[in-house]
Amino acid sequence: MDKSTWTTKVGLAQMLKGGVIMDVVTPEQARIAEEAGAVAVMALERVPADIRAQGGVARMSDPELILAIKEAVTIPVMAKARIGHFVEAQVLEALGIDYIDESEVLTPADEEHHINKHKFRIPFVCGCRNLGEGLRRVAEGAAMLRTKGEAGTGNVVEAVRHARAVYSEIRRLQTMNEDELFTYAKNIQAPYELVRQVAETGRLPVVNFAAGGIATPADAALLMQLGVDGVFVGSGIFKSGDPARRARAIVAATTHYNEPEIIAEVSRGLGEAMVGIEISKIPRDQLMAGRGW
Amino acid sequence: MTVGILALQGDFREHEEMLRRIGAPTLQVRLPKHLDQVERLIIPGGESTTIGKLLAMYGLIEPLRARVRAGMPVWGTCAGAILMAQRIADGRADQPLLRLMDLTARRNAFGSQLESFEIDLPVDGLDSKPLRMVFIRAPVLEDLGMAVTPLARIDDGRVVAARQANMLATCFHPELTPDDRMHRYFLEM
Repeated sequence: MDKSTWTTKVGLAQMLKGGVIMDVVTPEQARIAEEAGAVAVMALERVPADIRAQGGVARMSDPELILAIKEAVTIPVMAKARIGHFVEAQVLEALGIDYIDESEVLTPADEEHHINKHKFRIPFVCGCRNLGEGLRRVAEGAAMLRTKGEAGTGNVVEAVRHARAVYSEIRRLQTMNEDELFTYAKNIQAPYELVRQVAETGRLPVVNFAAGGIATPADAALLMQLGVDGVFVGSGIFKSGDPARRARAIVAATTHYNEPEIIAEVSRGLGEAMVGIEISKIPRDQLMAGRGW
Repeated sequence: MTVGILALQGDFREHEEMLRRIGAPTLQVRLPKHLDQVERLIIPGGESTTIGKLLAMYGLIEPLRARVRAGMPVWGTCAGAILMAQRIADGRADQPLLRLMDLTARRNAFGSQLESFEIDLPVDGLDSKPLRMVFIRAPVLEDLGMAVTPLARIDDGRVVAARQANMLATCFHPELTPDDRMHRYFLEM
């Protein structure tokens, strides 16, 4: 019997495809998310919108809270560790949760190194803004990717930018010959072997979700139509007027992303969406997507 | 003979690619109208609570049960096996199920993701060469009724594959391996 193999790590992400992973801050919210059809929950002390509003250093959540959330649901539980903070990751692994998000939403602990994720039995998901960043994370052992977007803004524009960047780069790769692939790998600072694999298969080596700014069913379907495998919704659900209904609607829109009639139906009378922030109004040093390298 | 693949959530594309390699035509099933166009159905891996919710939301449960009762072959992998069970243990009492096979599916029977594993084991009905089985937060099958035949057991005796007439349940994911024998077995059911 082989435990925690690459196949089982990547495989769990494959089981999450076509689904919605929701940020929750209490066991009660976790149950609402599960009941609404979430494929997994992200256990947090504060959603990104509050981290952004309150400022200060954002760290891994209290293990007590994470365990209470794990106890409340039957679906997979994820939690965030700071970029480079491999001891937070060790703690999360010891808690027996299902996936770690090495996340730019928390304050980075290391400005040069990401966590060496190969050393862990638990799988990791990491953020990326483009193909090079994504493949660097896979080289470090990430078994799942998510485009970063800009968390806690309720503004989908950065999520769209990052998803478009990743998939247009993949399409370009497929037109290149071997000579060009060597140079391209060097230019995007990604391992040549992974670049060649993407060029040959026309897809990322691991599952890729969208994150950062998704607030409506139409936002979720937009990212799905752009080619992502599923979506993370952070502040968008529990910062809205009717979280349970919005959560159900986003789940339905993620499954039926090519059926505008269904998206229209589930979007009716959803109540207030979270308040959005224009990206240009955010001071540069408070943007989260630029964290990580 | 079109093989429908329930495509509400989960790893339906992996099943699709496997069947494409074998040369069987496939169709993604998301709504009741798609069900009329298929002769067989695979319910993929994924989250059983999510797939169940979406089955109920879009009125698929009764039409699907009717087709299976009328003899349509159906195969559930992992979450799919849970959805086909008449009874579940360690799940959510309120989660929607298809309730087709006379057995109990115990959810997350091995524990969290850290307990996910791969193993080579023989399966009754295939040739003697062991099958690579990938278990991801997998269930096991218990309380098998008289009409249900166990097809594979792990070392401690727990059942991880079973068949009842036109219905097949596996707790592992043949679609995540290059071995197509389980898919061929289903196509011959």
